[in-house]
Amino acid sequence: MTNTEKSEGYKQYLWQKKKKYTILFWQMFLTVGFIGIWELLARYEIVNTFLVSSPSQIYKLFISYVADGSLFKHVGISVWETILGFTLGTLLGIIIAIFLWWSETLAKILDPVLVVLNALPKTALAPILIVWAGAGIQGIVVTAITISIVTTILSAYNYFIHVDEDKIKMLKSFGASKMQILTKLILPANVANIINIVKINIGLSWVGVIVGEFLVSRYGIGYLIVYGGQVFRLDLVMMGVAVLAICAFIMYSIVNVIEKYISQKE
Amino acid sequence: MTYIVEMKNVNQSFYTDSSEIQVLENFNLKLNSGRILAIIGPSGSGKTTILNILTSLIKPTGGEVIINGKIGYMFQKDHLLEWRNIIDNITIGLEIQKKLNDEAMQKIERLLKIYDLWEFRKNYPKQLSGGMRQRVALIRTLATSPDLLLLDEPFSALDYQTRLLVSNDIYKIIKNEHKEAILVTHDISEAISIADEVCVLSKRPAAVKKMYNIELTIEGEKTPLNARKAPEFKDYFDALWKELDVYD
Repeated sequence: MTNTEKSEGYKQYLWQKKKKYTILFWQMFLTVGFIGIWELLARYEIVNTFLVSSPSQIYKLFISYVADGSLFKHVGISVWETILGFTLGTLLGIIIAIFLWWSETLAKILDPVLVVLNALPKTALAPILIVWAGAGIQGIVVTAITISIVTTILSAYNYFIHVDEDKIKMLKSFGASKMQILTKLILPANVANIINIVKINIGLSWVGVIVGEFLVSRYGIGYLIVYGGQVFRLDLVMMGVAVLAICAFIMYSIVNVIEKYISQKE
Repeated sequence: MTYIVEMKNVNQSFYTDSSEIQVLENFNLKLNSGRILAIIGPSGSGKTTILNILTSLIKPTGGEVIINGKIGYMFQKDHLLEWRNIIDNITIGLEIQKKLNDEAMQKIERLLKIYDLWEFRKNYPKQLSGGMRQRVALIRTLATSPDLLLLDEPFSALDYQTRLLVSNDIYKIIKNEHKEAILVTHDISEAISIADEVCVLSKRPAAVKKMYNIELTIEGEKTPLNARKAPEFKDYFDALWKELDVYD
């Protein structure tokens, strides 16, 4: 049945749809406007380009780094360190959380340590960690892991112990062992939560990698940023930050796609 | 004569730092084969404690519990796992017991077909109605071939109409598969309509206050729905109501 006369409710629905495009338009408009005004202000020397650089300058620099291939080396190393950081941080964190779930006594013993570690800004540990692990990729990855692992342990453990008691009782009524409860209930029940942890860990790993690169590295996006700062080349700093934002966004989007795929399967 | 379940002088106490609470005192219970027993009692009287003892989730402080056969537990909620489809939810008990074989699968197939769930076997729990989910939960329990079913207020999470229909279905399944069952409930009419015997608990510490043999005049086969129309139904209701009412 088609009605030539649109009902009030249907009009409302169409308007809602249109609103989505309105939002997209304004997002584009603001971005383009911001960059345009920045460029104009810089070109007519209303603002000091030494301090704020300009979009075209940053773009030129970007092209020259792409042309000689050095950008890919820097991005590649940072991305690799971040991937190592958040995968190892997430995996180790979840394994430790499983141990804590397995033994309530262990969880109680370690509780104060974890609370203190969680409250502590882990970047403060970076200089020590780098001395211990070595001033290369290892030191940077260890810093990234340290930043993500503590929150992973705490939140994963928290998710694990809050799985419905009665479901555990149901499995126990079939004679399930603790290992079976873990593999058939605790872990599959928390797939969505673990993906959320991964999302958070991507961000935290980037913090670890950038801080680590600030301290020791000769390559990577963090190195570009800190080097640019030291020689007062703010276009280099800003390009670094922009590249960093793009990398983080791409990683986040990949996880989002994986999440959608998994939730569709369920 | 051997009983399916026999509890002899069972005592159960729980301890807290400041006190000791006796929940069961010299509790005795017998269940004959082929019978459905309902346990009703005031809330907090220890109904769930009895089930927990029967499933050996807790060990009684004193007394003897004899169970001839394997127990299947059915809960208040269906506890289906949302990430498993219906067939995988049903096989979870067998998976845990490592008894998932062709013979078991054939049995499950038969149960699914009889109880109108076959075409939903690849669906996920959230696509099913409350009543269907409860039937899936029962088949999950039946799949492990228990001799005795323990039902812990299995219908209380459902709305009233579904509740009547599902209790009808579940009753038929239990009788068709020739199982014994112990049903814990606080719903008097549910107890009368489903059970062959009703056991009334006293308030804490619980002991058996009175046993009723439910004998209803029903034309044709007994079902929980037509049991409610039997002339004796309201007499049993009044009697049980009085037994429970004393403690308010």
